[in-house]
Amino acid sequence: MSLRALELLNLPDETCFLLDIGCGSGLSGEILDDEGHIWIGLDISPSMLQVALDREVEGDLFLQDIGQGMNFRPGTFDGAISISVLQWLCNADQQSHNPKSRLTRFFSTLYASLKRGARAVFQLYPENDDQCELIMNVAMRCGFEGGLVVDYPNSKKAKKYYLCLFAGQIPGGQKQQIPQALGEEKEEHDVIYSNQRIRERQKGKQRKSVKNRDWVLHKKEVARTRGKKDVPFDSKYTGRKRRPKF
Amino acid sequence: MRLVTHNMLQCHVKGCNSNNFPLQLSDVEIEIQETDFNPKFLRNMLSKLEWNALVKTALEINITTLPNVLPNDLDEEFLKMLHRVLLETHIKQGQMICPNCNHTYPIKDGIPNMLLSETET
Ligand SMILES: C[S@@+](CC[C@H](N)C(=O)[O-])C[C@H]1O[C@@H](n2cnc3c(N)ncnc32)[C@H](O)[C@@H]1O
Ligand SMILES: [Zn+2]
Repeated sequence: MSLRALELLNLPDETCFLLDIGCGSGLSGEILDDEGHIWIGLDISPSMLQVALDREVEGDLFLQDIGQGMNFRPGTFDGAISISVLQWLCNADQQSHNPKSRLTRFFSTLYASLKRGARAVFQLYPENDDQCELIMNVAMRCGFEGGLVVDYPNSKKAKKYYLCLFAGQIPGGQKQQIPQALGEEKEEHDVIYSNQRIRERQKGKQRKSVKNRDWVLHKKEVARTRGKKDVPFDSKYTGRKRRPKF
Repeated sequence: MRLVTHNMLQCHVKGCNSNNFPLQLSDVEIEIQETDFNPKFLRNMLSKLEWNALVKTALEINITTLPNVLPNDLDEEFLKMLHRVLLETHIKQGQMICPNCNHTYPIKDGIPNMLLSETET
């Protein structure tokens, strides 16, 4: 995944100065080492960083919560990768955590720390469409362009999401296009979201109704605890499909 | 942390937006770790460096090899000296202090702690 992320960064054929966001034990960083890049890794977990230290990765490590923003001067990095991290930023672990404002602080400071036209590629495991949409919206509002690349969209196992962002366009360069996804079939589109509009959502996938028995029971329970009087009794018919009446 | 990385750092306490660079080094322990010489990378990094800040920081840790002004002609000898300072000089222990808000970022085992408290974010 790190190699694929690196490929999507589309770097020039030379040593670059890169950022590994949520570097963990340095697995992704080792790939950057192998490719001859100089990198900085950020992670919130001291124990993960200790493992990275023990493995003697080459990168400079920082103990940092990316939801509190980056602290690098403008234009520092030629690119950034992040493997299996971004979805964590959508959780509110503490009461004072607001995912949207943390994402905003993260993306706006990341944007500033990238060289104009540099890319940031995030491999992520989005929990649902809304999460994807929230991440995309915040990134775009912070100035990023780009979109989501879905590799092997038809494979349960190999399917991977890469959010591929551009910090503006390369001055005097060709306009950057969202990269091609791998292993897609004819009908599938590689880009699910773009900055213009949402092109396609879960095409062809039949959404299962959420209004099953459990859902109905839960709704009724909530209504009762709120003191609503006319909530119907629960029975074996609760939540079942009704026959059309004649 | 290598000195080249330190040159890219600024304070990120909320509201601390000016005079927040370079972070002042204090009580530091230095270690030299040799690595491959890469003149092309050095040249690329020079456009991103803040030279005055680098000279100032280097003096804080008793490195006196840097000229006050970056020379126009970058010969191999100069680049090798720069390589030693930027990429082989690591800060192992100590702290970094923001010149503006005085926030102290501790460095342990070469890892700066950039975590902020609730009121600083
Ligand atoms: C699944 S691991 C991936 C590690 C590494 N990128 C790799 O590919 O091996 C996710 C990492 O994200 C880090 N992480 C989660 N939330 C974070 C945050 N708010 N700031 C920084 N790192 C975070 C975790 O500590 C963990 O090391
Ligand atoms: Zn400060």
